[in-house]
Amino acid sequence: MDRSAPSPNDGAPVLDVRGLTTEIASRQGVLRPVDDVGFSLHAGEVMGLVGESGCGKSMTAYSLIGLLDPPARIVAGSVRLRGQELVGADEETLRQVRGNRVAMIFQDPMMTLNPVLRIDTQMIEAILAHRPMPHEQARTLCRQALERVGIASAEQRLRSYPHQFSGGMRQRVAIAIALLNQPDLIICDEPTTALDVTIQSQILHEMQGLCEETGTALLWITHDLSVVAGLADRMCVMYAGRVVELGTTSRVLTRPRHPYTRALLASAPARHARGQVLSQIGGQPPSLARLPPGCAFAPRCERAGADCAQLPVLRRVVEGEVRCHRPVGEDAVVRGGAEHP
Amino acid sequence: MTDEAPVLLELRGASKRFVKPLDLVDRVSRLLGASVHAETVHAVENVDLQVRQGEIVGLVGESGCGKSTLGRLVAGLHTLSAGSRAWRGADYSGPQARLAGTAVLPIQMIFQDPYASINPRMRVLDIVGEAPVAHGLVPAREQRELVASLLQQVGLDGSVLMRFPHQFSGGQRARVGIARALAVRPEFLVCDEAVAALDVSIQAQVLKVFLQLRERLRLTYLFISHDLGVVRYLSDRVVIMYLGRVVESAPADELFGHPNHPYTLGLLRAEPGLEARKRRFIPIQGEIPSPLNPPKGCHFHPRCEHAQARCREQAPPLREIAPGHHSACHLNG
Repeated sequence: MDRSAPSPNDGAPVLDVRGLTTEIASRQGVLRPVDDVGFSLHAGEVMGLVGESGCGKSMTAYSLIGLLDPPARIVAGSVRLRGQELVGADEETLRQVRGNRVAMIFQDPMMTLNPVLRIDTQMIEAILAHRPMPHEQARTLCRQALERVGIASAEQRLRSYPHQFSGGMRQRVAIAIALLNQPDLIICDEPTTALDVTIQSQILHEMQGLCEETGTALLWITHDLSVVAGLADRMCVMYAGRVVELGTTSRVLTRPRHPYTRALLASAPARHARGQVLSQIGGQPPSLARLPPGCAFAPRCERAGADCAQLPVLRRVVEGEVRCHRPVGEDAVVRGGAEHP
Repeated sequence: MTDEAPVLLELRGASKRFVKPLDLVDRVSRLLGASVHAETVHAVENVDLQVRQGEIVGLVGESGCGKSTLGRLVAGLHTLSAGSRAWRGADYSGPQARLAGTAVLPIQMIFQDPYASINPRMRVLDIVGEAPVAHGLVPAREQRELVASLLQQVGLDGSVLMRFPHQFSGGQRARVGIARALAVRPEFLVCDEAVAALDVSIQAQVLKVFLQLRERLRLTYLFISHDLGVVRYLSDRVVIMYLGRVVESAPADELFGHPNHPYTLGLLRAEPGLEARKRRFIPIQGEIPSPLNPPKGCHFHPRCEHAQARCREQAPPLREIAPGHHSACHLNG
């Protein structure tokens, strides 16, 4: 895909995450929902962050912009936004970053929207908090933002309350708010999971267009591989708090190197002919309180051996990185066919 | 499935309307001459459905299209507003028929949220074992063995008998829900989004259980889902609903190979696939209208790119366009 999106400093990543580790002190001991996570994102790029529930993908997102509440805290690593370090930054700095240079869209738009305030009040507040300007001018920006995400009769809709919108429309409003201050990065945490497939398709269509237009980088967190397949340039697979595989979307989907990625892809029903036995991953994802030593996937892995009791490091492979002692061979193709009809 | 298999379940012109009765204020203002009407939702409108023994019928649609209501009509959890339903040829439309037990036990339902549909204060032994004892299928002293064997059938260990629902993971809870449905030896399972809340690796495990049970117990399924991938994988026949009406139904291969109705085409196009290439998402415009105030004529016409004058006036009937393939669209002539 041609990426000629405008970006102020091409080459340097918008977001550079290294060794990010978050811990939660709990009665069961110290849990590590984010463990040594690292990736980078360039302007106009879409990155999919994929994993099953409890794998730490949302905690990663919260850690990026310091949205952690005690007892959760970042214990190591760095998050650089256009070179500026965010780990350890004071609350005032983070306030200036959130909603301004980094915006976040949640699964449930009601988490973003205040139910007792009109849309215009909320949108104008989001602008004025970061950029002083006349009220009327801010209102015009809000109307344009609503129009950009495909909301008809924007002027009238500005005066509505959140409950007067349908689920899909509410998510559009949340996206419009995220776009208001032309952020460098938008973090989307399962933004279409609660939506119907036709509405999801509309939202994906809007997001794709908007990011290409504005050069905003997008971190798209989802458990749904098929959404990432059509949307993301690169993807990052997480398991039990760790990045297990990273690479271009086309490479990861057609030639997964980590056994977990391969098993995950193979268990998607879309890859199977009707009635064909679904391949499944035996067992349960491990509890963070009782992680096996070494590779967390080893107890469920068919390729596991004695060496898997040592934690593997991320190592370079073609078009990406993989954290595995015994990666799947380069030429192995996912069962069920890489292309589905 | 062969046409010779006996018809287990038949709905004829089944409709379900929910009416919100006028409250006191409305009735008074009506007396004073205000035009206030009771609000009616046509959740299911004139649906014909036949399910043959051993079939898996997938029922697909977006939220609010009436698929769950249809499932509940089949399971006998709702009464019909119009039309009739029959189990092995015997009518069970009226509430009396339900009480008499014609179709209560053979048709069981599995719900989406296994946590909300299971009593959190009961142990697995009672959750699964209560119904068969109450209905006299097994004596109380054999309850324990029965539950243990049921749990084994759905891939749970017999040692979990005394556990409470919160002690299970999501996938295990889904299995408890399945075991509970199986406890009264049903022939027909209505699965209402039974795997929607599960992660993909766990979903694969549960789908496998469904297929194994079908083989072992000769079960028939009505599988309600919004997930086309799951339905494509599982179903013999697929029924697509839109705003209370069936718009298309066909054998699965035929439907996914030669979709006819513009709504089906739109759904298939909107479905994100696993092809590893960036693509343009081509959305259907607009949103599903409110069932309180559905559009006239074909319900889909405000979102349809092929809509003509006729579509705005006249609801198209379901017509057979190929053997076993029905579609409700004026474009078919």
